[in-house]
Amino acid sequence: MIYESFVDLFGNEILAMFLSGAMPLTFILIFVLFAVLFERKVSAHMQDRLGPMRVGYHGILQTVADLLKLIQKEDISARDNDKILFNVAPALVFAGSYAAFAAIPFTSTYIGSNIDLGLFYIVAASSLVVAGILMAGWASNNKYSLLGSMRAAAQIVSYEIPTMLVILAIVMITGTLNLSTLSEMQTGYFWNWIIFGGPNFGIDKIIFIPLMIISFIIIYTSSLAEVNRTPFDIPEAESELVSGYHTEYSGMKFAMFFLAEYANMFAVSAIVSVLFFGGYQSPFGYLGKTLDLAWLIPFEQLFWFTAKGIFFVFVQMWLRWTLPRLRVDQLMTACWKYLIPIAFVNLLLIGIITIL
Amino acid sequence: MKEYFQNIYTALSTIFIGMKVTFKHLFVPAVTIQYPDVRLKLPERERNRLYVNMDDCIGCDQCARACPVSCIEIETVKSLPTEDLGKTSNGKKKALWVTKFNIDIAKCCYCQLCVLPCPTECIYMTDVFEFSEYNRNNLIYSFSILTNEESEQKKNNFAQFELLKAAEKEAAAKKAAEEKIQKEKLSTETKPESENKAQN
Repeated sequence: MIYESFVDLFGNEILAMFLSGAMPLTFILIFVLFAVLFERKVSAHMQDRLGPMRVGYHGILQTVADLLKLIQKEDISARDNDKILFNVAPALVFAGSYAAFAAIPFTSTYIGSNIDLGLFYIVAASSLVVAGILMAGWASNNKYSLLGSMRAAAQIVSYEIPTMLVILAIVMITGTLNLSTLSEMQTGYFWNWIIFGGPNFGIDKIIFIPLMIISFIIIYTSSLAEVNRTPFDIPEAESELVSGYHTEYSGMKFAMFFLAEYANMFAVSAIVSVLFFGGYQSPFGYLGKTLDLAWLIPFEQLFWFTAKGIFFVFVQMWLRWTLPRLRVDQLMTACWKYLIPIAFVNLLLIGIITIL
Repeated sequence: MKEYFQNIYTALSTIFIGMKVTFKHLFVPAVTIQYPDVRLKLPERERNRLYVNMDDCIGCDQCARACPVSCIEIETVKSLPTEDLGKTSNGKKKALWVTKFNIDIAKCCYCQLCVLPCPTECIYMTDVFEFSEYNRNNLIYSFSILTNEESEQKKNNFAQFELLKAAEKEAAAKKAAEEKIQKEKLSTETKPESENKAQN
């Protein structure tokens, strides 16, 4: 584990803790720089446009330029803002989404905190985001912000239920909430992934496949709603609410919200990939194993983990530029009348199969 | 119950159809034209910024008169007989110094009416359409090839020539008048003689 090797290297636990805690942050920052450009490029090409082309080769430095612009911007705060909440909210939102990274295993050698309640912790920590969003909306003293944050809260709270039901189903099969153990279980080849019925062989593996595909669709849809992405972006709904709860924010505080949104996107994708697609496990076995190079394996795992994460982020973008925004009633219908009953039936079936 | 599953089916299938369409468009070449680098070919008879080829201009003022918004301002000075201004490309002899040929392109309405009457085809529309300026005065284009001093000089030359000519004319008139007087004198002197002769 990296934390232990840091302790050995520096002989100081606090320093090692800080260093290993800052590693996901660097990962997020690099990922956001990449993902913002990627999103703009994907959206552009889906609409037969080119996207940013000016800064660097094919606009690869566009996000760096945007970041520099955001840093230079004035930090505007309206007179009637609730100053304390207004300033705390972006930090809280980012903290909430960053906290989720603590329990995500990036490789077999790196996990921020190898706790047994990993999945439970992630679900709990990402609920902190709701508080931040509500704070931002309330403190802005702006009707659009407040409307946006209330919609966000309603949406996130109701879509947490199908997520939890699916996670419960996974826990029934695997018997663990620890994401690291969950990833280790799916080692070997891609047919050991939970979406293909998990690592055990037998008749239940085949029965599990359709149920797992249904669970995957449910958790992916509801996680899409939890990160407020289109088609579930009614909290931000540009055409109705300017830009929702971060309307009043500018400069670096706005950038914090932006960072949190993209960090959340990756966190959700990472969770989906850990739950169903083997986490950091390679689908085809490791090159390091065949070449007998033990040090290569963590790098390969990091590659597979980011590749899977980015793929699901790409699917999120793909959906965003395909589907129009749902109405509030449609949003609630989709959750309460479709996702939750199906998730319940799914949970029931999986429970019966695991008992038998 | 049937409707419920029907709804799920339509939702999923339409989402997948939509995703298929957008995925296809991911590989369709972009229609964007990166404007300052890549430019569309302009239509053949496009009307943009005016240009005057002063080598061919004979200073006939026809364009200025044709202009409906009077954005062309021309001043000419006659050349001296000793000066040779050359010929235009279609063989017209130039006789005027064009001391001022200003086009206020900010006023121009791009009607092309100035281009049509030009006898030497020296004023025409170019394909330049990007000429925004921060100061409106910069949009007054001066086409005269003569510098200010030169045109002053030409004006002075012509004025002097005029003066000279006037003086000559005066002198000639004087001379003529003198001659006339002399003639008259002469005739008065000779007249009595003839009268005398006649009397004789």
